[in-house]
Amino acid sequence: MHATMKRILTAAAAAMLAGGPAHALTAYVTNERDNTISVVDLDAGKTVKTIDVGQRPRGIVLTKDEKFILVCASDDDTIQIIDRATLQIVGELPSGPDPETFALHDSGNPLYVSNENDNMVTVIDLPTRTVIAQIPTGVEPEGMAVSPDGKTIVNTSETTNMAHFIDYGTRAVVANVLVDARPRIAEFKHDGSELWVSSELGGTVSVIDPVRHVVTGKIHFDIQGLRGEAIQPVGIRFTKNDSTAFVALGPANRVAVIDTKTLKVEKYLLVGQRVWQMAFTPDEKYLIVTNGLSNDISMIDVGSLKVIRSIQVGRLPWGVAVAAQ
Amino acid sequence: MTGPARAEPPAGFTLAQYLICLRGITWREALRFVHQRERFVSALVRPLVWLFIFAAGFRQILGVSIIPPYETYVLYEVYVTPGLIAMIQLFNGMQSSLSMVYDREMGNMRMLLVSPFPRWFLLVAKLLASTAVSILQVAAFLVVAVLWGVELPPWAFVTVLPALILCGLMLGSLGMLLSSMIKQLENFAGVMNFVIFPMFFASSALYPLWLVQQSSPVVYFICRLNPFTYGIELIRFSLYGRFDPLALAVVVAATAVFMTGAIVAYDPARGLLVRRGGGPG
Repeated sequence: MHATMKRILTAAAAAMLAGGPAHALTAYVTNERDNTISVVDLDAGKTVKTIDVGQRPRGIVLTKDEKFILVCASDDDTIQIIDRATLQIVGELPSGPDPETFALHDSGNPLYVSNENDNMVTVIDLPTRTVIAQIPTGVEPEGMAVSPDGKTIVNTSETTNMAHFIDYGTRAVVANVLVDARPRIAEFKHDGSELWVSSELGGTVSVIDPVRHVVTGKIHFDIQGLRGEAIQPVGIRFTKNDSTAFVALGPANRVAVIDTKTLKVEKYLLVGQRVWQMAFTPDEKYLIVTNGLSNDISMIDVGSLKVIRSIQVGRLPWGVAVAAQ
Repeated sequence: MTGPARAEPPAGFTLAQYLICLRGITWREALRFVHQRERFVSALVRPLVWLFIFAAGFRQILGVSIIPPYETYVLYEVYVTPGLIAMIQLFNGMQSSLSMVYDREMGNMRMLLVSPFPRWFLLVAKLLASTAVSILQVAAFLVVAVLWGVELPPWAFVTVLPALILCGLMLGSLGMLLSSMIKQLENFAGVMNFVIFPMFFASSALYPLWLVQQSSPVVYFICRLNPFTYGIELIRFSLYGRFDPLALAVVVAATAVFMTGAIVAYDPARGLLVRRGGGPG
């Protein structure tokens, strides 16, 4: 009798462990002014923890296995590695000076870092934590994108108002494409067929053919009741099937939803003040956006295209990464 | 409407008889509403002017802070919608009591007041009828607002109903209490100005109270005392399927006070009408 009881209890315990602790959907937000990262439980809709990191944290990304968080500590000239399990800083990457943002290759390695002040892109091999290459780019590189095949790096430069296409193999600039004033973010479609570049001052998004290196389309924004200067496109995100794009419009406090076939804006979603960067949840059910001036993030339901909730984080939230587990 | 009951002794009406009386009063109110097409149009146009014109100018203002029941930033037109719903009910409540003054002047009220049904029942029936009319107006307004792009949860039309009934009763009974104090139709216009406008503006209808508090603590205090504020908040929360206990408590208490006041005021033995010697009670 006693043995049976014990067996049942053991079985129950095993079943509970097998189910594992149910992790909530978690977002990590860099707070540029607070020098912290907010850990946000998206299911509960609140910030559950704040981690101190280096100065002026901006770009943030999770490693492919989701074990580590990588953060650009711009003013400390380094990229910090944070263990997700312990939320402790466990190491650094040789990022080069003033890393603002970076792009992780779809395969999970390497990491491409844009160094704003040194006009460089630093390429880092993650397993060995070493620099593979340093590639000179245009003046004041701002946004950066890597083509899905890893062969082309694109840098946007706010001084020249161009997107510079760099061949990764030869390290040479192969094309310069003129876009509108102050280009910010460059983003490839997942199939690599188009590159979109947002122009903060021009108030447009340019669609570039990465093979012919020409602008094939331009997206303009018009929001009722807002003056044109308030519309400053920044972050760009494509859904996995590339059918829909989301563009953060900065001080317009809106995220534009764009049909990528017709290049028409389908909807403007009201979020917090000066919306900046965005990240999908891994299941692509939600899009999380950072609102720099209102110190919060907004959660957009991708299916219904509705903003369902805004959650307070630290001061001047910049970047966001979301973990599946 | 009082015909069938007149033959009966004053006490011991059956429920069916009460219902006949209620139906008669409601029917008359509905007929009056349908016949006065201008009143319906103006009841609809008034909030829509606010929504289309006033809210358009304020689109950029809001989105500053998130307050319950909202979970994210909302456009001004979304914020102002509950206030405009309450405004419809406020005007309707006052207009319905205006009709009582009119009825009294014209002598129609005698017909109602000589009914053998208890006076309180006649007044409550009248309140229910005017609340029903106000809900029709609100429904029409909500349809236009949704077409205009005001986003509400799909079930909002259902969840808001109890709040509309309560708020309608509160404002209707307030109007009734006021009408009992007014002798002539002409005086009523003044009361409209002294009651409707202060009530509407010193409330959370147009601006969230935290914004009012920032600019003037005194006005904030007045807004907090205004039962209309709680009517609006009750409607606002219920539109999103949520529940604000404080708003509910204040609205229920205010309704009870106003209604008791109105019933006492219209009571032939103790009422203000008799005291003034002017009323037909």
